[in-house]
Amino acid sequence: MNGVHDMGGLQGFGPVVPEIDEPLFHAPWESRAMAVTVAMGASGQWNIDLARSARESLPPAVYLSSSYYEIWIRALEQLMLERGMVTPSELASGQMQEPPSTVARVLRADTVDAALAAGTPTLRTASSPAHFAVGQRVRARNIHPQGHTRLPRYVRGHTGTVVHVHGAHVYPDRHVSQTLPPFDNHAEWLYTVVFDGTELWGEAADPKVQVSVDAWQPYLEAVIA
Amino acid sequence: MSAHTPDHSHGPDEHSHEHSHLSEMDVRVRALETLLTRKGYVDPAAIDRIIETYETEVGPHHGARVVAKAWTDPAFHDWLLQDATAAIASLGYTGRQGEHMVAVANTAEVHNMVVCTLCSCYPWPILGLPPVWYKSAAYRAKAVIDPRGVLADFGLSLPEHTTYRVWDSTAEVRYLVLPMRPAGTEALSEDELAKLVTRNAMIGTGLALTEAP
Repeated sequence: MNGVHDMGGLQGFGPVVPEIDEPLFHAPWESRAMAVTVAMGASGQWNIDLARSARESLPPAVYLSSSYYEIWIRALEQLMLERGMVTPSELASGQMQEPPSTVARVLRADTVDAALAAGTPTLRTASSPAHFAVGQRVRARNIHPQGHTRLPRYVRGHTGTVVHVHGAHVYPDRHVSQTLPPFDNHAEWLYTVVFDGTELWGEAADPKVQVSVDAWQPYLEAVIA
Repeated sequence: MSAHTPDHSHGPDEHSHEHSHLSEMDVRVRALETLLTRKGYVDPAAIDRIIETYETEVGPHHGARVVAKAWTDPAFHDWLLQDATAAIASLGYTGRQGEHMVAVANTAEVHNMVVCTLCSCYPWPILGLPPVWYKSAAYRAKAVIDPRGVLADFGLSLPEHTTYRVWDSTAEVRYLVLPMRPAGTEALSEDELAKLVTRNAMIGTGLALTEAP
């Protein structure tokens, strides 16, 4: 989706403003929001791409005016509402009014360390050979999918060079196709593709800049020399 | 809270608005956690443990240890650049948001910078939770088009001939910048060197310090 989350190259947001001695959290609710989101992610009722898709699907003005953890909480509420795990009235009151849904897993205190240390690897065994090799010239396809994708707009239609082949990784565009488990864990070859700054931003751009993205094979096409 | 999009024009009214907004989020998240606990979806003790992990255990000191070891141990340096996931795991740092790691080395010619333009992907096991600026629209927008300007925002400028190599974390690969070891640190131990490695140096918006803070 061509959403406002796809920010690479936008102008007008002003300088980057680092905060001196920044605290880890700026309010107690932020730490709870982070941890509740992580814990609910472990419930197995959605996956990382469905979570990202929910965040990206917030109304653009809401997305742009919300802090990071606010975006997380709004998307978490949406994910649970869509699955009937909570109702709007329950969210408003904090009171349980409907019986709970069955979830795949509830993260317990004594399993947190193991769950965080394991993470959710996305590398899979490839089912076919890679189409592209290191050093090969490729073009990012000029595609504009309605749904979730991880190909940023600023590289679409542009030509770059493969510098790394990462193996086959779960493909986000299909990972969101099933909203409930079992999810579509289809994997595609993943590459790092580097572009010259002038290819992305025009001849007037800084010639000393190079930018790479990590792109799945369906995002790319061979460039015929 | 408007930390996401920095605004320097807060008047008194906007400030009180911000305060009521903070408490609105406070109420909202409290209600949510209560509801999810009553539904049996979350265990409050697990919530506490997750927070404790990122407040007290996981943070940039992990990444600093990786970098200091790479500076002092050539075999580890090469392993880190070849297979960062395994090299970093050998120090005990694995898992969520660091499942697949790549390390990229700064040189006198090339300066690396890491961003996530689509969300805020960040290598949690070695850097902890990302700072607000990393998640900000300003950084996500600017890093890929004007990395030199981003460094200037951090008060840094590099020699004119430097190439800026920006890594946009658009998949589940997470990047660690291996900063250059400062000159004159030959006598320092690995632990002393680790104190010179800042979080920003490992993202590419800073350089390693020349002396311990």
